[in-house]
Amino acid sequence: MSALLQALRRLLILIASLFAASVLVFLVLAVLPGSPAQVILGTQATPASVAALTAKLGLDKPLWQQYADWVGGLLTGHLGISYISGQPIWAQLSAALQVTVPLILMGLAVGVLIAVPLGMISALRADRPSGALVSALSQVGIAIPTFVGGILLIIVFAVTVHLLPSGGFVTWQQSPVQAFRSLILPAIALGVVEGAILSRFVRASILEVLRSDYYRTARAKGLRPLQALRRHGTRNALIPVVTVFGLEMAGLIVGAIVVENVFTLPGVGTMLLQAVDNRDLLLVQDVVIGVSAVVLLLNFLVDLSYRLLDPRVGSRP
Amino acid sequence: MSIGGDPVAAAVAAPISDGPAGAPAGTARLSVAWRRARHSPSLLIGGTIVAIMVLMAILSFVWTPYNPLGIAPQIALHGPSSAHLLGTDQYGRDVLSRLIAGARITIYAGVVSVLIAGLIGIPAGLFAAQRGGLLDEAIMRTGDVIYGFPALLAAITLSAALGASTTVAMIAIGIAYIPVFARVTRGSALAVLSSDFVLAARAYGRRPFAVLRRHVLPNIAAILIVQASLLFSVAILAETALDFLGLGTPPPTASWGQMIGTAQNYLAEDPMLAVWPGIAIFLAVLGFNLLGDGLREVLDPRLRQ
Repeated sequence: MSALLQALRRLLILIASLFAASVLVFLVLAVLPGSPAQVILGTQATPASVAALTAKLGLDKPLWQQYADWVGGLLTGHLGISYISGQPIWAQLSAALQVTVPLILMGLAVGVLIAVPLGMISALRADRPSGALVSALSQVGIAIPTFVGGILLIIVFAVTVHLLPSGGFVTWQQSPVQAFRSLILPAIALGVVEGAILSRFVRASILEVLRSDYYRTARAKGLRPLQALRRHGTRNALIPVVTVFGLEMAGLIVGAIVVENVFTLPGVGTMLLQAVDNRDLLLVQDVVIGVSAVVLLLNFLVDLSYRLLDPRVGSRP
Repeated sequence: MSIGGDPVAAAVAAPISDGPAGAPAGTARLSVAWRRARHSPSLLIGGTIVAIMVLMAILSFVWTPYNPLGIAPQIALHGPSSAHLLGTDQYGRDVLSRLIAGARITIYAGVVSVLIAGLIGIPAGLFAAQRGGLLDEAIMRTGDVIYGFPALLAAITLSAALGASTTVAMIAIGIAYIPVFARVTRGSALAVLSSDFVLAARAYGRRPFAVLRRHVLPNIAAILIVQASLLFSVAILAETALDFLGLGTPPPTASWGQMIGTAQNYLAEDPMLAVWPGIAIFLAVLGFNLLGDGLREVLDPRLRQ
């Protein structure tokens, strides 16, 4: 099958996934007992006012039409109005993204800074104690849940030595330095686990290069290990790492939801959980489908880049 | 045809068991596995941690030092003492007792989600491998669709709809990992299905279902066990995170994630309240990961040096 056909096939799966996700999210939240209008107006509301609000929100229409309205809105950039705050969801979301996006990027940086050196050391010294120690460290890192890591960081750096804030967020406009400082601990909590997982894949793929014939040839012609690895190994070692990197991005995005709650950061994750608590269902629906779409799109892009890096992949059936 | 065991199965077992030719396959395999197990630190450490956890969970039904739900405000937030080894929480409940009782939720969560993922994923994978063609494609692509959807988000959505509970959270996690089981099962089943002994069994007249049950399943069981163990640790991570966020086990039931969530409000007074359940979760995840890795070393002939 040609590469283009493969890519089209993946695109179809992406669209099917997005469709399935949107239908599921919509249905799960739509079949809830109790109407959103009742939730908004409280227990004191008269049946007439509940009915009026239900009509105003468009919730008296048939399910399929509600679904079509919602998806149509999403596709044209209209996320709707929050049931609880009465504010446009897009405004709330864009404010939250100013916290979440930098957090994820910083977490990613931490993860890569940990994974690449650790993975290389443990591969190059695979049969020495230092390599085994690094491998053991990554095993330990993987077993620390993000929220536990976050709380340990708070205990050490915020409660004990008062070096960094334990939570809360000052906006970038007010003070970029403060904003950055309040993201340091969350980014470490987020990045360490992802870095530990990624380091194992870096290790495995470098080990594979080290055992390859072309690496042995490069060494035989006089290149030092790091030189040979850089010149001949990088692209080969990159292929599996890119795949895992994509999965890790998904991990970072989902992890950010948890970490934001540990550090009380006003990001997308905190917004989502508050919406769940308040039964602000349209907001929940929008955020869940938004995050899923980003994750699915990332998986798709990783898959494409995987084919670019390794021409052999496209030629397989 | 069952006299002296199944010759076809024995023929498969022989290369895996490196035991003496002609030895009863089952025993040879077991004894070799045990010999290797003793030399696998991962398996020994992981197995020990998991065994202790399971014993703790069972023990908690009949005995804990104190009632894990017993409130005693007059001793709230007392640090470790001889009466309360790990101290007491904000309601004066004994932390050690709550840790022991919390193991129950963790084990329960792991079992439920692994069962859901396995009971649906394994037959789906077997079926896909056996039938091939369009059905295979349909099953695996459905799997892709499920797999792309982040598990934690699914759990959050379900909790939003149905209210927070351990079981709801675990159903979401279990469903999310059905494709993992299906994929692993299908991949390894395909390898077995293309082997000569399956061809022999088919020629002999075995029906497809019987081939799957008698030849394919026993040969891929090891891989599935490894997968289940690794999935157990993923489920524990997910469940404790949901409990931490307040979307899983509701209070007052003791659960590790939720203990950390509430301890967060008392970090200045007693940081250890958050550290103990943190260590418990860490050990549980580490235990199942090591057990999975160790089992793979012992059971997977390809990884054997």
